[in-house]
Amino acid sequence: MSITIAGMTKHFGQTEVLRGIDLGIEKGELVSLLGPSGSGKTTLLKIIAGLEWPDSGRLAVDGRDWLGLAAQDRRIGFVFQHYALFPHMTVRDNIAFGLTVRPRAERPGNAIIAARVDELLRFLQIAHLAGRFPAQLSGGQRQRVALGRALAIEPKVLLLDEPFGALDAAIRRDLRRWLRGVHDETGSTTIFVTHDQEEAFELADRVVVMGEGRIEQIGHADVIHDHPATPFVARFMGATVELPVTLQAGRAEGAGLDLAALPRRALPDGPARLFARPGDILPIPDVSGPWTVVTRASTGAELRLVLTHPAVGEAAADVPRRTPGSAGLVPGTPVRLLLEAGTIFPAARVTPIAANPTHDLDRKEARP
Amino acid sequence: MTAATAQPALPPIRARRVLPGFTLSLGTTLLYLTLIVLIPVIALILKGVEMGPERFWRIVSSPRAVAAFQITLTAAAIATLFNAIYGLLMAWVLVRYDFWGKRLLDALMDVPFALPTAVAGLSLTALFSANGWFGAVLHPLGVPVVYTLLGIAVAMAFTSVPFVVRTVQPVLEDMDPALEQAAVTLGARPWTVFTRVVFPAILPAWLAGCTTAFARSLGEFGAIVFIAGNLPFRTEIAALLAFIRLEEFDYNGAAAIALVLLGFALVLLLVSNLLQFWASRHREAVR
Ligand SMILES: Nc1ncnc2c1ncn2[C@@H]1O[C@H](COP(=O)(O)OP(=O)(O)O)[C@@H](O)[C@H]1O
Ligand SMILES: [Mg+2]
Repeated sequence: MSITIAGMTKHFGQTEVLRGIDLGIEKGELVSLLGPSGSGKTTLLKIIAGLEWPDSGRLAVDGRDWLGLAAQDRRIGFVFQHYALFPHMTVRDNIAFGLTVRPRAERPGNAIIAARVDELLRFLQIAHLAGRFPAQLSGGQRQRVALGRALAIEPKVLLLDEPFGALDAAIRRDLRRWLRGVHDETGSTTIFVTHDQEEAFELADRVVVMGEGRIEQIGHADVIHDHPATPFVARFMGATVELPVTLQAGRAEGAGLDLAALPRRALPDGPARLFARPGDILPIPDVSGPWTVVTRASTGAELRLVLTHPAVGEAAADVPRRTPGSAGLVPGTPVRLLLEAGTIFPAARVTPIAANPTHDLDRKEARP
Repeated sequence: MTAATAQPALPPIRARRVLPGFTLSLGTTLLYLTLIVLIPVIALILKGVEMGPERFWRIVSSPRAVAAFQITLTAAAIATLFNAIYGLLMAWVLVRYDFWGKRLLDALMDVPFALPTAVAGLSLTALFSANGWFGAVLHPLGVPVVYTLLGIAVAMAFTSVPFVVRTVQPVLEDMDPALEQAAVTLGARPWTVFTRVVFPAILPAWLAGCTTAFARSLGEFGAIVFIAGNLPFRTEIAALLAFIRLEEFDYNGAAAIALVLLGFALVLLLVSNLLQFWASRHREAVR
């Protein structure tokens, strides 16, 4: 089913949780909602599920208004962050729940329910756990049961709230691939909430980046990675190094920075800010360079360097340890910085960054 | 910490506890438990053994004693049935709804605990007597309360209702709201959500609360003697009969009746624990 969200706002007390969400999701699409904790992802998901109601805005599914529809009648599959399995029911009864609570007229017979549950247990590879209670399961197993319980009602829309948040890295990776398989097989429209970018990008057709109740960017993994639409997205995507530059005829220049690798930007001349990932910064020893190596630590594969500039401040750089010349990058070495990639945003206002809540500042600049 | 840590020599390897003073605190509580609970109970049992089974049976099977037990058990059953429902409702209202005066109502729930039972008995008697506020309504309807079994049940219900409320309330508060939300997204209507998800979760606590309320009702004395009228064979409860025997210097008679009450309480405790174990069997994890 296609989902259309328009102009949606929601507040809890003084907190503006959603500040105008516009989002369209195609039938059969798998979309990730990505954003830091507190950005309103769960609230948006709950509104779609009918567990919360917005202050204003529209929610339509296949063109039909859903805000007038009770949660029970929406037939969505919802997987909760902490699974929310019914503790006093066995795995089998948990999965069967959605079928057994149907009104008598629509309820399938016991034999049909049992067969459907068996099928799901096999599909989820948890047939051997059917008789167990949730307390007797591992995190990954609970996750599968939660998904099985949601799938049992054959939902057209599947909503998952940080489904792998509480699992360790190896299991997460397995379950991710497996979830993609489930989505492809069931053909449902799926929205998946996460604060883990790797998870969002690996799994989703499209990623929706949320920050403080707004959609900051929608797109495919590569585009968001290479061309963040706002400073918020840039920073969230790991471009944590922020350097002041000056734009002239689309070219950026900065103190001790070699920016020749960056493409021209159609931005007005004047002061601007450059966001870069530590991995895209290569310090090159240069006796006249204004930057100095302060500390050096090794993770085995990479050297983590901290550099300082008397006027700009500190910056981090990650360099592959085997890079030629990296042995010379010891504390005290004067360097200049070669930037292999980065995103430039105009600095609309000249204000000391530390004195401002960064997000608000960013947003105003990003949305002229 | 134990002495071993203070010694400069290598301490023997044994499991240590993070919190110090375990031995001391366990010792204190056990001593206290023995003095306050165990010794009186044992003394009572010894007294029963001393009088011999025949004498014991003669006392407890006397018509007046049997009537007293019947009255006590029946009234306690009525009171507990009422509290089981009312207490559950009260806990539900206190946890689930926000309304003006909720804090006050919550505090009021402790009044039966805090109020001297004699005061409770006196006020209930005044309220339910033929010219009291409630009695004036109930009497014309042909429902006398004072000096009847119903009056005993009312007094018992009053003093034991907090047991149900206060055991169910925290469990209801701790319930993850996601459980109910999950049920709703799966299509369950409110009543189904309650019967299939919420009630099973609070069942162990509710059973525990009900049995404690029942046990408390069996032993209630102060609040009842005012409202009951205390007519032998009609409205005389077991605890009062034991008291009367004691007044008559019939120690054996008092002890025998008290022993039966103790027996009821122990059986109840056992049943309660079995029920709770059954209701929370899903909690035990695989070893
Ligand atoms: N029921 C609620 N009552 C009050 N505030 C809430 C409630 N639910 C969420 N919030 C607030 O709304 C904001 C967004 O929450 P949420 O949607 O859970 O974000 P996310 O899932 O992205 O972490 C947070 O600041 C949170 O404290
Ligand atoms: Mg969340």
